[in-house]
Amino acid sequence: MIPASFEYERPGSLDEALGLLAEHGDEAKVLAGGHSLLPLMKLRFATPAVVIDIGRLDSLSYVRDEGDHVAVGALTSHRDVARAELLRRHVPLLAHAAGQVGDPQVRQRGTLGGSLAHGDPASDLPAVALALGATFVADGPQGRRELAGDTFFEGFLETALTPEELLVEVRVPKVDGVGWSFQKLTKRAQDWAIVGAAVLHGNGRTGVGLINMGPTPLRALDVESALRAGASASDAAALADVGTEPTADLNADEAFRRHLVRVLVRRGIEEAAAGTSG
Amino acid sequence: MASLHGQRVVRQEDRALLTRGGTYVADVADPLLDGAAHVTFVRSTMAHARITGIDVEGVRTAPGVVGVFTAADLGLGFAPMAVPVLPPAMARPWLAGEVVRFVGEPIVVILTERRDQGEDAAEQAIIDYEPLPVVAHPEDARNDEVLLFPDHGSNTAAVFGDEGDASEFADCEVVVRERLVNQRVAVAPLEVRSTAAAVGADGRLNVWMSTQAPQSARHAITRAFGWELDSVRLIAPDVGGGFGAKIGPYPEEMLVAWLVRHLGRPLRWLETRSENMVAMGHGRGQIQHITIGGGRDGVVLAYRLDILQDSGAYPSMGAFLPYMTRVMAAGVYAIPNVACHATSVVTNTMTTVAYRGAGRPEATAAIERAMDLFAAEIGMSPAEVRRRNLIDVASFPHTTPTGAVYDIGDYRRALDLVLDAAGYDELLAEQASRRASGAVRQIGIGLALYVEITAGPTAGKESARVEIRPDGRAMVFTGTSPHGQGHETSWAMIASDVLGIGLDDIEVIHGDTDLVPRGMGTMGSRSLQLGGSAVLEASEQVLDLARRVAAELLGVGVDDVVLDHDAGVFRQAHDAVGGASVSWQQVAVAAAGEGGSLAAGADFQASTPTYPFGAHVAVVELDSETGLVTLDRFIAVDDAGRVLNPLIAEGQRHGGIAQGAAQALCEEMVYDDDANPLTTTFADYTFISACELPSFELVAMETPTPVNPLGAKGVGESGTIGSTPAVQNAVVDALSPWGVRHLDMPATPQRVWRAIAAGHDLSSRQGT
Ligand SMILES: Cc1cc2nc3c(=O)[nH]c(=O)nc-3n(C[C@H](O)[C@H](O)[C@H](O)COP(=O)(O)OP(=O)(O)OC[C@H]3O[C@@H](n4cnc5c(N)ncnc54)[C@H](O)[C@@H]3O)c2cc1C
Repeated sequence: MIPASFEYERPGSLDEALGLLAEHGDEAKVLAGGHSLLPLMKLRFATPAVVIDIGRLDSLSYVRDEGDHVAVGALTSHRDVARAELLRRHVPLLAHAAGQVGDPQVRQRGTLGGSLAHGDPASDLPAVALALGATFVADGPQGRRELAGDTFFEGFLETALTPEELLVEVRVPKVDGVGWSFQKLTKRAQDWAIVGAAVLHGNGRTGVGLINMGPTPLRALDVESALRAGASASDAAALADVGTEPTADLNADEAFRRHLVRVLVRRGIEEAAAGTSG
Repeated sequence: MASLHGQRVVRQEDRALLTRGGTYVADVADPLLDGAAHVTFVRSTMAHARITGIDVEGVRTAPGVVGVFTAADLGLGFAPMAVPVLPPAMARPWLAGEVVRFVGEPIVVILTERRDQGEDAAEQAIIDYEPLPVVAHPEDARNDEVLLFPDHGSNTAAVFGDEGDASEFADCEVVVRERLVNQRVAVAPLEVRSTAAAVGADGRLNVWMSTQAPQSARHAITRAFGWELDSVRLIAPDVGGGFGAKIGPYPEEMLVAWLVRHLGRPLRWLETRSENMVAMGHGRGQIQHITIGGGRDGVVLAYRLDILQDSGAYPSMGAFLPYMTRVMAAGVYAIPNVACHATSVVTNTMTTVAYRGAGRPEATAAIERAMDLFAAEIGMSPAEVRRRNLIDVASFPHTTPTGAVYDIGDYRRALDLVLDAAGYDELLAEQASRRASGAVRQIGIGLALYVEITAGPTAGKESARVEIRPDGRAMVFTGTSPHGQGHETSWAMIASDVLGIGLDDIEVIHGDTDLVPRGMGTMGSRSLQLGGSAVLEASEQVLDLARRVAAELLGVGVDDVVLDHDAGVFRQAHDAVGGASVSWQQVAVAAAGEGGSLAAGADFQASTPTYPFGAHVAVVELDSETGLVTLDRFIAVDDAGRVLNPLIAEGQRHGGIAQGAAQALCEEMVYDDDANPLTTTFADYTFISACELPSFELVAMETPTPVNPLGAKGVGESGTIGSTPAVQNAVVDALSPWGVRHLDMPATPQRVWRAIAAGHDLSSRQGT
């Protein structure tokens, strides 16, 4: 419950942060909100030699209107995402889901970038980003590059970011008027989802992201194509577990997760169609 | 001054707790602790293994290490049994040296300059294990194929009760049997275990401990090491919850005291949350087989409860809990034939101990499930079956077949009150309409009646001393040891009512053996009825002494002196206000001047225990597609006799109900088949939060008990005792359309969904 010892760096600028990352590479871990990294370090599952605290890089915390999309700085807290007027208007699914993460303390500290870079399949916002077709912007020694959401999550807690790269921005397409729903089954309010689903459907757009249905955050591609082909909610949702590899844990075995995801995706499609939120 | 008895007096202790925080053991800044080293335990990672090597060379050279001790270094042998009747062959070594018997058992003690260094150093310890076969489940322990203590010859630690008579059920038209699991739970107090110790200038050992019973802890430590009682001063500062698991000192805590005595250096130990989850005693852990029989008219004729208690690796209080379960086996019912038999066995898991209710919730859970099962079998409403079997109000004191003598109660009234407050008939109508429409979200209505025992057979007596200081303020010394129960407020209310001294001028002192040498602490819902009664009697004695002094000062006879409660002064009887009077201050100064002091002590012991009772209704909503159960409403009638402070009593009920609902819905301390603990963090161990609970609907009922002058029974545990089966029964009720008659706790989504899926299978099979 006490982390192993580590060097602590607190860069004052993005360039300085990138310089430190270039210097320490995979010896280092970036610290954003700390709400995923610190628990791992306290349990000594993670023992980075150097911790680079980017928490003071205020320039990475913003929500900006960029015409067809909204740009969100990686360091924007879940709380700020949930409250951002721009997001509530143009991407209500993201704002709503951010308001469902953990509890108020977690939302105050945890960041959108940390949530995505951590790549935890049980986290809410990666699945939401996939459903929305978000693009991720990384910065590093080779300069900035854009990564498509679909290729970002590579394995369990593994992403396409190199150890020298920082995730700096998330670009979320505006989806005004598109039906949406966020379904999250938890035993307790502050828990991670046993299974969850983010659904976007209507006005020619369709995206379905799944939470905790395999080693990575997932898109339910079969559901999406069925919906595009005009399938009913229940017919489309029956395909929700196709291609997933849910794990078994204390909350759910594989069969229960497969069942749950079909229920939650169906509810999500129905709610999106009804045009109501939450 | 109007009597405070029955007033909603706001807790005096909360201002400090809520503003500057409490002073818990880890916060104690006594100069004696300056330069204290920190204690870290290296704990077993195996559930059952022979230790073939302990290599601590790497530990010794780790940064900050000032001491390393193994069992061989201590040469201390075994810790004393917490419950003397348990087999000595099952005693726990202070540190494991030869065999480890649960994951988390301490093997090495490390002392470091800084606390964080301890955890780094612990990683350098190399323990070689030779695995032994593991006994993870009590049902496996019972067959004695693998023995935890070969010297004892079996895994059985204790046996209670009678085997009963096989013909008990011969005359019953209907007999129902079921196996129930009252699962193991973690106690999870907000403040984990913590102890600090230092030798004082007078050569005595000062020990600060997070405990519910400081005087007993002092006894335990001095007895264990053969020290004089007076050589130790034990202090319990603010304690952040105990729930029964902080009654007795643990070997870790006693070892801290021993090490300080032997090294002369002050030490601090503060366990981590992960340690607390695996190495503080757990609660519950019973497998119960119930048999209930009776007529189709709803009259129950016989009930039998067979208990297999999981004691954990080294038996302690947990092994003893079935004794209490047995005492309360019959519940609120006049069942002519009741038998209860219990076996406590050891397993390769953490020891079980007392946990809020300690044996009584297990009794209530069994009989209240049994009543529902019986009702379902004969097709009668659960409320009606209960009504037909209640002990009659005219038959108190009532002796049960298992030997309890219930003092006083009115169970029918409690049942009527709760059904009325719940709107039982409307709930049934709502349920019927949802069932008829095949709604995805169904409701379940659960009912539970309980009677429990407080200040039970081992409650003993409790001490109080009341002293008036020369400034007219009162000091109340109590042997109870509050850790959230509000004694500072309640005891001051009692003293204030007798003495006419305002609450602001009364100070309640507890938890320091120098100031209160005798006391038994706080557990088993004993404090108000015993400790409070002692405060009442001591206050009355002080008042008598004061009237004598006042009589002299006023120059009148003692019988002519009265205390004017409103003004807090003594006057001559019938004298008008404004006439001659003497204040408490004058009386105290005069008493001191005569070389005396205005103080009196009292020990209170009740002639019998008391038996609080009540009736609870839980309403749950079941999402039949996901298996998620939500507690929608909770209605509780709890009769704890005469209520001193409703605000505090309600707080106890709130916490108790929440904890019981938590066991029914979410909590379970899980070990896998190799006895590895799986729920060792608060992410995995899902205790309940306010978000999952409705506002409780509390109904007042007060039937004063004759066994103490306050008329009070205990209320600390009753919420848990009633709510656990009420919520569980509601879950089963919600599932009844799927043919479910019983579902073990906790009602997690997966378990509920499986029951529904099995029910679907059943109906489809029946359909073909
Ligand atoms: C009690 C609790 C409950 C929670 N419940 C939920 C929940 O219900 N749903 C949910 O989705 N999450 C939940 N979380 C996780 C929470 O949302 C985390 O805050 C989030 O997953 C990680 O964000 P962070 O800013 O805290 O990242 P950190 O913990 O600081 O970092 C996480 C990882 O990402 C890396 N990283 C962080 N930022 C960057 C960056 N900009 N570029 C590159 N790498 C980066 C770090 O190096 C680290 O490996 C919970 C956490 C807690 C403690």
